[in-house]
Amino acid sequence: MARTHITTVINGDEVDFLSEDSTSLLNALRDEVGLTGAKEGCGTGDCGACSVLMDDMVTCACLVFAPEADGATILTVEGLADSGELHPLQQCFLEGAALQCGICTPGFLIAAKALLDKNPDPTETEIRYALAGNLCRCTGYDKIIRAVQEAAIQMRGN
Amino acid sequence: MKYAAPSSVEEATSLLSSSPSAQVFAGATDVVPQIRAGRPVPDVLVDLKKIDELVSLTNDAEKWTVGAAIPTVRLTEDAAFSGEFPGLSEAAGLIGSDQIQSRSSLGGNLCNGSPAADSVPALVVNGARALIAGPKGTRLIDVSDVVTGPGETCLASDEFVVEFELDRMPSRSADAYLRMIPRTEMDIAVVGAGARIVLSEDGTITDAAVALGAVAPTVVRVPAAEEALVGTLADDDTLVAVAAAASDACNPIDDKRGTIDYRKQVAGVLAKRAVLIAIERAGQRNGDV
Repeated sequence: MARTHITTVINGDEVDFLSEDSTSLLNALRDEVGLTGAKEGCGTGDCGACSVLMDDMVTCACLVFAPEADGATILTVEGLADSGELHPLQQCFLEGAALQCGICTPGFLIAAKALLDKNPDPTETEIRYALAGNLCRCTGYDKIIRAVQEAAIQMRGN
Repeated sequence: MKYAAPSSVEEATSLLSSSPSAQVFAGATDVVPQIRAGRPVPDVLVDLKKIDELVSLTNDAEKWTVGAAIPTVRLTEDAAFSGEFPGLSEAAGLIGSDQIQSRSSLGGNLCNGSPAADSVPALVVNGARALIAGPKGTRLIDVSDVVTGPGETCLASDEFVVEFELDRMPSRSADAYLRMIPRTEMDIAVVGAGARIVLSEDGTITDAAVALGAVAPTVVRVPAAEEALVGTLADDDTLVAVAAAASDACNPIDDKRGTIDYRKQVAGVLAKRAVLIAIERAGQRNGDV
């Protein structure tokens, strides 16, 4: 099978990779680019574990065919920290114990970032709606919601 | 499976004509799960998002033109569009999570052919037309005529929806859409109800459209409810008649999300409520749009 040459900007760096047409962006990120933060939970767009920002819109990388990403700007969980300094969302998830097994966490962090980029001061209801596309089967959601609320407060203070 | 991203409608139709099992897609939010569930893999996947018309949102004095592949988040976040069609905008915004909203489209929601597609009753009550492209050119048909059964449309395998046309919403007119699901978010409609109401200056209903989703093999209009509304002020007796007509128009299935009796009853309740919301909105829309 011929492989297509795809040029993207991922986490601020220009990244070229080769991919078969039927490969999902998720598998290309994990297998070709070596970014294993985004996870496959369901593979059908239901669980949000593969969430990435594609041209600033939160999307399930499992539903994107890799060639669609040609020319796109992508942010994965690996791009959240800044020069080794954790993003406030990451720090608040850690301090608030907003994770157990961690499979869902990269998706929650990306979806939460998408929300706070658009709405720096969301209500609890707005947070719950914005994260409705992310499933967690360990902790329940309250600690995750509280971590996002705390991160929003910190980010507004900076 | 090959991926193709044509940049014109003509290029796309010729690709479809030359590839027997080609499949168009916009966000692939239905296509990927269907392939994963075992549906035959197409030989070519034709991405429609690189064609300008498919991703344009424009208006003139007469109508809005809505690209069939526009991510629904762009419709809900467009203040002018969602202000003029709040019901359609809310219906489009109910399709899945934020992750899905960046991919889902009105064209996909329609052509997937689900009886429960949220945006379809809202398109139907607004009299939306679909511009369909094929190898012989284009044709404009009513959205209500596109879906012929669950998963089935009247489109040939080498045709696709380019864009939707919606007449500008006159003053004292408005739409609404409500759906019932057993939880708050992330589910498929048990019942969906769309309504569009036109009021005269004194508040009398001069035109009405009511359509239901998820209660029959396709979205259904409810002419008896529409006739009951026109010429009235939507008094209690009229609303009872609207609810009864909506329940009567249902031909639902029994499944894990709702029984036949439950769907019929909820259809009546939702139709009535959607009409009341549309009336309230219409009353607030005075003067030029």
